[in-house]
Amino acid sequence: MGFLRDKHLLGLAETPKEDIELILQHASSFREVLDRPIKKVPTLQGKTVVNLFFEDSTRTRISFELAQKRLSADTVNFSAGRSSLKKGESFKDTARNIEAMKIDCIVMRHPVPGAHVHLINYVNSVVVNAGDGTHEHPTQGLLDMMSLLEVKGNLEGLKVALVGDIKHSRVARSNIHGLLTMGAEVMLCGPPNLMPVNIENLGVSMSYDIDEVLAWSDAVNVLRIQRERQGVSYIPSVREYRDLFGITHERVERLKEPITIMHPGPINRGVEIDSDVADSENAIILNQVLNGVAVRMAVLYLLLGDQPKAS
Amino acid sequence: MKGKALPKLFLIKNGDIIDPANGKRSPGSILLKNGRIDKIGKRISAPEAETYDANGKVVTHGFCDLHVHFREPGREDKETLASGANAALAGGFTEVCVMPNTDPPLDTPQSIRFIVEKGSGLPVKIHPIGAISSGQLGKELTELGAMTGEGAVAFSDDGIPVMDSGLMRQVLEYTIPLGVPVINHAEDLTLKLNGQMHEGTWSTRLGLAGIPDVSESIMVNRDLELTAMTGGRLHIPHVSSAKSVEWIRAAKEGGLNVTAEVTPHHLFFTDGSLHAYDTNCKVAPPIRSREDRQVLMDAVKDGTIDIIATDHAPHTIEEKEMPFDWAPCGIIGLESAFGAVWKVLGEAGMELEQVITTMTLNPRLAMGFEGNLFDNGREAEITILDPDEEWIFFQEHLYSKSRNSPFIGQNLKGRVKATISAGWLFKQ
Ligand SMILES: [Zn+2]
Repeated sequence: MGFLRDKHLLGLAETPKEDIELILQHASSFREVLDRPIKKVPTLQGKTVVNLFFEDSTRTRISFELAQKRLSADTVNFSAGRSSLKKGESFKDTARNIEAMKIDCIVMRHPVPGAHVHLINYVNSVVVNAGDGTHEHPTQGLLDMMSLLEVKGNLEGLKVALVGDIKHSRVARSNIHGLLTMGAEVMLCGPPNLMPVNIENLGVSMSYDIDEVLAWSDAVNVLRIQRERQGVSYIPSVREYRDLFGITHERVERLKEPITIMHPGPINRGVEIDSDVADSENAIILNQVLNGVAVRMAVLYLLLGDQPKAS
Repeated sequence: MKGKALPKLFLIKNGDIIDPANGKRSPGSILLKNGRIDKIGKRISAPEAETYDANGKVVTHGFCDLHVHFREPGREDKETLASGANAALAGGFTEVCVMPNTDPPLDTPQSIRFIVEKGSGLPVKIHPIGAISSGQLGKELTELGAMTGEGAVAFSDDGIPVMDSGLMRQVLEYTIPLGVPVINHAEDLTLKLNGQMHEGTWSTRLGLAGIPDVSESIMVNRDLELTAMTGGRLHIPHVSSAKSVEWIRAAKEGGLNVTAEVTPHHLFFTDGSLHAYDTNCKVAPPIRSREDRQVLMDAVKDGTIDIIATDHAPHTIEEKEMPFDWAPCGIIGLESAFGAVWKVLGEAGMELEQVITTMTLNPRLAMGFEGNLFDNGREAEITILDPDEEWIFFQEHLYSKSRNSPFIGQNLKGRVKATISAGWLFKQ
């Protein structure tokens, strides 16, 4: 069972190029399904997927749920707040209890990096990472690549900038790994105190000059900014952030060549990105949302489907 | 280890005797009479004695660990003084100092007496370390004098750094007439924040919040400065970073009376060992980079770090099975200590005598204990080792109540074969 090298999708750091290509190919076929009047295929009929969310994320959950429904899988949602879990049963017990109900796949969102690596030790189900703390969010990385591929035709040699809070961003990490695997170039930009140490060791370049970065890039992926994290303030003010790193109307106007604008959402309009930039014709933010469903269908199909591989 | 009372006469025959207190190594035998050292010599004839054939083995002082957590009172499900003592004997330790971060903490003379009394019936010497501050809250000094009177051998808020430099100054000053060391868990919490592992390429890749090496070295440097200013007696626990080693080396070169310890796990593992989010490697201070580890080994070799201590810190397997951020910090280390340390330091070219000194004489001198264990008439505290035995560490080698350790499955070199302590012989 499963058409990918690994049984699970835990992160793009360990996903080989062939598998990313396969996922993206299938995603674009499923994307066609989504444009049909009847947006449903029987591919995963009889399979049960649990969306296990230890952290609220309505958008990601809905996207996964839609993907599961479009594939005719049975889906169950399980939300566990961190506090209730800490008081009660152990993580291992939660996982084993859910699996005891005879399920095929767990899609998990968890606030702790690496939680999925622990999960696969305790269950036999296929595990899909829907975001683990500040580590990875592989389906977001895949949908970003799919959206880029749609407008650019190729990822090889593409220059992609990631702008914002890189340190706390699982989206950034998945994008970095995925894009580098696919042969793109990645440059990071953001406040130095939100840059993780030794990030260059992952194979990316870095600049603190947003204008220079935008001039270099073919596409920019703008990360959501939060002023404060766990009681620590990293950004003195929203105004200052916008001045130094915001994707503003003026900055985009000044560019010689237009660039593709992406954002994983939800957007802070007027903070990390100006409203009219987010709504401009070069912005593919809503395509990203739709492609999210298609990519998740592809991932679930390739991990859970038991049809023989099409030759 | 199985224990039995020593017979009236007991002869350890033809061993390779290492006496770190006198810097001597020679083949010979040791005769014990009523559990005490009676004679040490090349050839001892004692036909009526029960003999232990130590041919090919090293016979040396019982190890002393000045940094363990035995969780009593409060978390007897993780460890008790008795279960901790068993783990100690299995690792060749005959003397340990227990840290005060119990529940409640050892912050009163009564709590010190509780440990002394409860420990006195066990076959390992157990010395309590008292808390520096009431409730380990970092605010008010405990009754350091009265606690010393009851048997506290040092003071520490271990587990929790003394963030308040003024309080650190006070305890270094106040303890001068008491003659006991102050041990501060050096981690600047404003730099550590919610850090989970060493800050470096691995933390960046794994997405785990990083703990920078300077969170330790800044506080180590502060403590060294305060020690120089006050004339207090500082012992630095579980040094983890190259930067801290530099400060300690400079202070020692400047003539400061300071001692420092490193743990087997900081010598054995690197941050890359956490690549699969192994919570068994989660510890404070964190396991650091390959480069840090190399500097720690060099520091043991050149004497900058004079002591190896395990920081034996038991936790239940259920707690360690939590996702990384939610799992507690701590690694047990008594049973695996010698095999781990001799494997890495022996391979790094250190002499066996020197390694043994860091586990016997040096910790005893740092704590003001008697270091000359092979004097005639002393109650025998002896560890018998096979330094050449290569073995894989398994869960079955654990005597601690804690069943998890990153050393499980690791290749170790050098194994404790027998420990003699308090009139008992424990054999592997
Ligand atoms: Zn400590």
